[in-house]
Amino acid sequence: MLDLRLYMAQRISALIMIPLTLGHIAMMIYAVQGGLSAGEILARTQGSLAWMLFYGSFVAAVSVHAAIGLRVILFESFKIKETILNALSWTVFLGLLYMGARAVYAVTAL
Amino acid sequence: MIRPHRSHPLWYAFLLHRVSGLALVLFLPLHFYVLAFALTQPERLDGFLRWTDYTIVKLAEFGLVFLLAIHIFGGLRLLALEFLPWSPRQKTLAASAVAASFLVSGTFFLQAV
Amino acid sequence: MSNIRDMPNGQTMEVRVWRSDGEGGRFEGFDVPQRESQTILDVVSWIQQNADSTLSYRFACRVGMCGSCAMMVNGQPRWTCRTHVKKVLKNNRLTVEPLRNLPVIKDLVADMDPFFDKWVKAEGVFHPSKTRADAIEAISSEHPMRVEADRAIECINCAVCYAACDVVEANPDYLGPAALNRAWTLMNDERDAGHDVRLDAVSQKGGCHNCHSQQSCVRFCPNELNPTASIAGLKRETAKSFFRRRD
Repeated sequence: MLDLRLYMAQRISALIMIPLTLGHIAMMIYAVQGGLSAGEILARTQGSLAWMLFYGSFVAAVSVHAAIGLRVILFESFKIKETILNALSWTVFLGLLYMGARAVYAVTAL
Repeated sequence: MIRPHRSHPLWYAFLLHRVSGLALVLFLPLHFYVLAFALTQPERLDGFLRWTDYTIVKLAEFGLVFLLAIHIFGGLRLLALEFLPWSPRQKTLAASAVAASFLVSGTFFLQAV
Repeated sequence: MSNIRDMPNGQTMEVRVWRSDGEGGRFEGFDVPQRESQTILDVVSWIQQNADSTLSYRFACRVGMCGSCAMMVNGQPRWTCRTHVKKVLKNNRLTVEPLRNLPVIKDLVADMDPFFDKWVKAEGVFHPSKTRADAIEAISSEHPMRVEADRAIECINCAVCYAACDVVEANPDYLGPAALNRAWTLMNDERDAGHDVRLDAVSQKGGCHNCHSQQSCVRFCPNELNPTASIAGLKRETAKSFFRRRD
């Protein structure tokens, strides 16, 4: 269910996420020491343009990647018609983008 | 049951990639939803984060980190397969991805407990 | 002819064979004598010659050249003329079915039309770049493109890879490992003038980008070809063309 354009979007978003995911995992291992608290997380991220760009691009890439991945799974598992599939893919993409952007704003805005 | 034509390591690697990807897609909305509390209801975010003190939740987190790690390391194998010259060591690479994911998620778990 | 002698103890095996008139179907059991050096094709032929002459199956060369006799054996696609019973017999039982992912004409005979139609759809055909008036082009056997093509040209069109592939099962438009592998050999043919047409053909909705690199095609190809590597080559070339042809 992939043509060249969707394939390129899937692979480019994957490439973008390689350094971001490794950074995210490293951050998790660092941050989890001594337990998690909202204060500790926010002290690190609030007002930081670097973290906003880091997680902002992460959210954008993952929305593309997840929407296309889910599209393939839905098609291969349920043979969904293309028009419905397109609508579902866009919904997943926009939904994740909106929720993700909101989360990034919440933890990085001053 | 795994059908006979699928019973080989690289098909299992595919299955792991698909299952981890699907699980991460389902987890993401929840992750974003909870983080967004930081702005509107910081005390609810702290309430959620206090959950992570329970060992059972730490185990679930270990599972999540493993799924993320195997999706990226397995994904790296696929990108290398597609964009670099062919390597005949596909099964070794797939096994290495699993090993690296256990290493990363195990490190996370040991830091968490 | 010692190799067709029944085993000394008169041992038999339990063979379940798929019987169908093209719509629906069921397994039928046969007791078949075990022999030394016995192939799956020998077993099917024994049933047709000794137990039920109405059993339909397809074969031609019997020596692994023609690619006619592939069937599902114990759930895995095999070239039956070169698959020894010894290698696949489990608990003294065998299950023989027509190739997966293709319509059935009768019993063990699969309809190969969709398989070959996709070769054409994938532009698995040569596009000449010269006329008969031109001199024959010299291609060195050491040229990198020729070496790349060499790795993929020994396909016997048996459709074992097509039957092994889960993407074919999930997506009926998917061109499949054999057709895409063939397209890749032509992308490495310097004399071919159809590169752009072919890149477009393998970039359609059922094209090479749907491959999940499960590598069941590699696992089961009787000639030990690597369609996954060929498909990866096509993915690379189409990705390059994505940027090149947008300018």
